[in-house]
Amino acid sequence: MKHSFAAVIRGKRVNRSRIGTMAMFCVLMVFAVFMALPMIIIVGNAFKPLDELWVFPPKLWPSNPTLKNFRDMFSVLSDSWVPFLRYIVNSLLITAVGTAGHIIISSMCAFSLAKKKFPGRLIIFNTIVLSLMFNATVTRIPTYIIMAKMNWIDSHLSLIIPAFGSSLGLYLMKQFIEQMPDALLEAARIDGASQWKIFWGIVMPNVKPAWLTLILLSVQSLWGIGSSAYIYKEELKTLPYALNQILASGISRAGVGAAVTFIMMLVPVSIFVVSQSNIIDTMASSGIKD
Amino acid sequence: MTFIKNIRIQKDKSPQKNTSRLRKMRGYAEDYLFMMPYLLIFFVFTVLPVIIAVILSFTYFNVLETPSFVGFDNYVHLLVEDSLFMLAFKNTLILSVITGPIGFILSLFLAWVLNEFGPKLRAFLTLLFYAPTISGGAYMIWQIIYSGDSYGYLNGILLNFNIVYTPIQWTTDEQYMMVAAIIVIIWMSFGAGFLSFVAGFRNIDKSLYEAAAVDGLKNRWQELWYITLPAIKPQMMFGAVMSITSSFGMGDIISGIFGFPSTNYGLHTLVHHMQDYGNIRYEMGYACAIAVMLFIIMVGANSLIQRLLRGIGD
Repeated sequence: MKHSFAAVIRGKRVNRSRIGTMAMFCVLMVFAVFMALPMIIIVGNAFKPLDELWVFPPKLWPSNPTLKNFRDMFSVLSDSWVPFLRYIVNSLLITAVGTAGHIIISSMCAFSLAKKKFPGRLIIFNTIVLSLMFNATVTRIPTYIIMAKMNWIDSHLSLIIPAFGSSLGLYLMKQFIEQMPDALLEAARIDGASQWKIFWGIVMPNVKPAWLTLILLSVQSLWGIGSSAYIYKEELKTLPYALNQILASGISRAGVGAAVTFIMMLVPVSIFVVSQSNIIDTMASSGIKD
Repeated sequence: MTFIKNIRIQKDKSPQKNTSRLRKMRGYAEDYLFMMPYLLIFFVFTVLPVIIAVILSFTYFNVLETPSFVGFDNYVHLLVEDSLFMLAFKNTLILSVITGPIGFILSLFLAWVLNEFGPKLRAFLTLLFYAPTISGGAYMIWQIIYSGDSYGYLNGILLNFNIVYTPIQWTTDEQYMMVAAIIVIIWMSFGAGFLSFVAGFRNIDKSLYEAAAVDGLKNRWQELWYITLPAIKPQMMFGAVMSITSSFGMGDIISGIFGFPSTNYGLHTLVHHMQDYGNIRYEMGYACAIAVMLFIIMVGANSLIQRLLRGIGD
């Protein structure tokens, strides 16, 4: 019995003591519990009736699970003067267009950077790696000035277009394309295929894991956009913004708030569940080499 | 193929270097065209803001009037007179010196441990560890965990087991705020770097280990030091960049749970200080000076760590 358990949880490897494996399993479980507890609380609260939300001692899981919080969410939101559907459409639009554009535009650039030896490619690539080293929070103020100068305040362009230029996505795509065999591209070139044809017909279908990764990263950041410094018109605001209004109304809405968080989480988490193995394949080539 | 290569080599050796470079660039016209859309956007929204921040940091700019040049005044004021900047600098440093390395090492360690187990368990736990970073506003649940009444989860448990007798104000008591923040940040530190480690460990050639066992490596710790770590050095450098960048840029998460400003500025970071001057006081020149300092700190810390990590296995 013991033996079969050990065989299930660990792959056959040399140099492994059973005690060591058990100890590591315990360490792993301690962290797993720490990581999981807040998530379990979110899911639990989303299904708790109001009288179970504020009890002492606090309970992790509802004893009478209910969907009332989800129903309340819709009734709260149907009171707003901008139709609730509008927020959903805004978020869907920003996420879909931003992600599609990001994948096409950064893959085109990544293809040339990875496979061509044109003058200037080192300086371009090094600048992109450098840009991974600082956070967009640093440049918030000048970015606002640029948006204002381009008249993109109160336009979805201010959220969509910068998403096209995410440097993490480009970096991962470039590292991944680099591993494609050159012979494949060279053969197509000799056959007379155009640059676009090679890119669209050969490179893109072969780097599916990388674009799944870019989809995850891009959807995660665009879907999460709440109150933006560039959007003031109510009818242009996003779903997280509308949902945060519920959270902001305090303790009495804690259950609805958890329902909201739960629904917002579902999108990126399910993308990751579906494409995990592809994403791990992409991350294998993410390393920074000298 | 070799024929084509020979022509290229001859071109490179041509005596008139400039014209050959230009000709070479013309040969890649399609590639420049391909990169154009991305590079344009990258320049406008990533490079240009840095340039503007540097320029504005030497000015007084309140958005309404045109900026006026003030030389190094903003920087002098920051370093000499602004005691709150020093506090923010100290807090940022404490938070990132603790959460950066802990997050990095934990990611590395747990990815390594995960790799010892079967694929199903590995996939499930990878999801569990990565989920907080991709779940957007999920971190707000810590507000309820840390809630200062007996209904908060942490207080509830401690009161229930008679460990404390009155609820503790986790998010506003200066004694506990910093630790509470560090725990949340660590909870969120298994991001792209962690995935990169998971992938890196998985892809190490298994035959290396068998060979090492024959050569006399006794246990998994020796394996880790002599084979595993050197093999995932590139992933470690990538992961370090990810964790340094995010730990210095931490701001919104702290404001979300601990409020802005935090009690006695106990969790006031450089990002908060910049927001204070930029979004509330509209002193853009000064805010940009803070941004430039933060930029220098981030890039400086990154290059330092890159240099250190490059030494692994040398």
